[in-house]
This record gives sequence, structure tokens and C-alpha cells, in this order.
Amino acid sequence: MDEGRRVILRSAGATGALAAALAAGLLKPERVLAATWDKSAFRQKDVADALKSIGADNAVASKQVMLDVPEIAENGAVVPIEIASHVPGTKSISVVIDKNPFPLTSRFDFMEGALPYVKLNVKMGQSSNIRVIAEAGGKHYVAMREVKVTIGGCGG
Amino acid sequence: MPGPMKIRATLKGDYTDIRVLMSHPMETGQRKAQGKLVPAHFIENVTVKVNGKTVVEAQTSQAVSRNPVFAFRVKGGSKGDKVEIGWVDNKGESNKTEAAVA
Repeated sequence: MDEGRRVILRSAGATGALAAALAAGLLKPERVLAATWDKSAFRQKDVADALKSIGADNAVASKQVMLDVPEIAENGAVVPIEIASHVPGTKSISVVIDKNPFPLTSRFDFMEGALPYVKLNVKMGQSSNIRVIAEAGGKHYVAMREVKVTIGGCGG
Repeated sequence: MPGPMKIRATLKGDYTDIRVLMSHPMETGQRKAQGKLVPAHFIENVTVKVNGKTVVEAQTSQAVSRNPVFAFRVKGGSKGDKVEIGWVDNKGESNKTEAAVA
């Protein structure tokens, strides 16, 4: 009988620890949830909501965030983008494409040793602004470029 | 069944350039084939490790192009350093590979 009570107490303790971890996660999601997938942010359909969900709704425009994109993309299925942040202490870089069905495209967290640099190919459904948000010291910095797409890459 | 992956890591002065190519359909879930929507199937997480230490954690969506290619940079490095990159997709499939810095 005592054994059963111990088990319940132990599981209650475990639940408490999990709740505490989640609370910490809400305060600092970029650290605790780095290895997971931020579904709520990735599923936002509106650019303003997407920016809000990553905490970048009042990001400051910065020339220290470098974003290299083609002016005209012939094929929206493969749009090459190159990003480098020169903001000291950049911890993460997020890519948001305003007019895509789900604007948040990707997010990169850089640990000790990595340079805040990434190059990748993205899909664009239509001509749109691409925003890159760098996070440093709890603040968000943004760079934006417009890319014109001749053939969309999101439909069928 | 995940396709092949390729890494090329090159020492370039004061940083190491890491390039990776992954084979993945990256289905958006919006494309139709024979009148039916093809279910979304895309890589959600990419992890880059150098000598066992995680340096980049990426979260990706369906808007990353098919057969994704990424380039990353890490400070310093030396020839022979072990670079390991792995991914996991929304169906729980995964793949990883490693290469030495040249």
C-alpha cells in the first residue's frame, strides 16, 4: 500500500518539475525549446502574427543585418538567400516571407563557435518582401528586401 | 526512406565553411497530384555539430526548397575536425552524416 503512495508522490513531483520547465520555456523559449519545432509560430498565416509570435513585432531596422537576395527570381521554388548578422551577440536569425501562406520560413539558433551566417534556398508563392530578423541581447533587428517572382513555387 | 546526404567542410582562413545537401521532397501540403493534395512532408529540425558540440540548431518549414542546401560558418577550426549534421522531419524520419574538415 505504501508502495503505491510513493509512486503517486513521485509522479506528482515529476509533473511539478515539468510544469516548472514549461514555465521557464515560456519565459525563454529560444533556449529551452531550441531543439523542438515552434509550431505556433510556423503555423501563423499573417505576417504580423508571425512576427509577433517570434517576438519581433517591433524589431528595429538595422544595416548590420545583411541580406543578399536576387531582385528577380525566375523560379519561386528555389530562391537563394544569404544572411549574415553583424549585430554583436546575435543568437538567432529568422526568415519571414510576407506573402507566403505561412510567412515564417526558418529559424537558426547559433551556439558558441558558430558565426551568425546562413545560406539557404526558399520557396516563394509570389513576389514579396523577405525579412530577416536577428536577435541579440533580447532585442530584434530586421533587414528587408523585395523579391519579384515570375513563377510561383508554392502551388501545384 | 531518407535519401543520401552530403557535407563539404572547408577551412577558409579564420572560419570553417560548412555546406550540406539533403535529399528530401519538402512537400508543402498545398501541391495537388491527380486532384488530391499531397500531404505536407518536410524537415523540421537540423542540427550541426562540430567535434560533438552543437553549433547551430535550425527549425525549418515547408517553405525551404526541395532537396535543401545550407551553408553555415563556424569560427576557427582545423583540418580533420568532425562535422556532423542531422535532420528530423514532420513524419519522424531522420538522417545524419558526418565529414572531416578539409
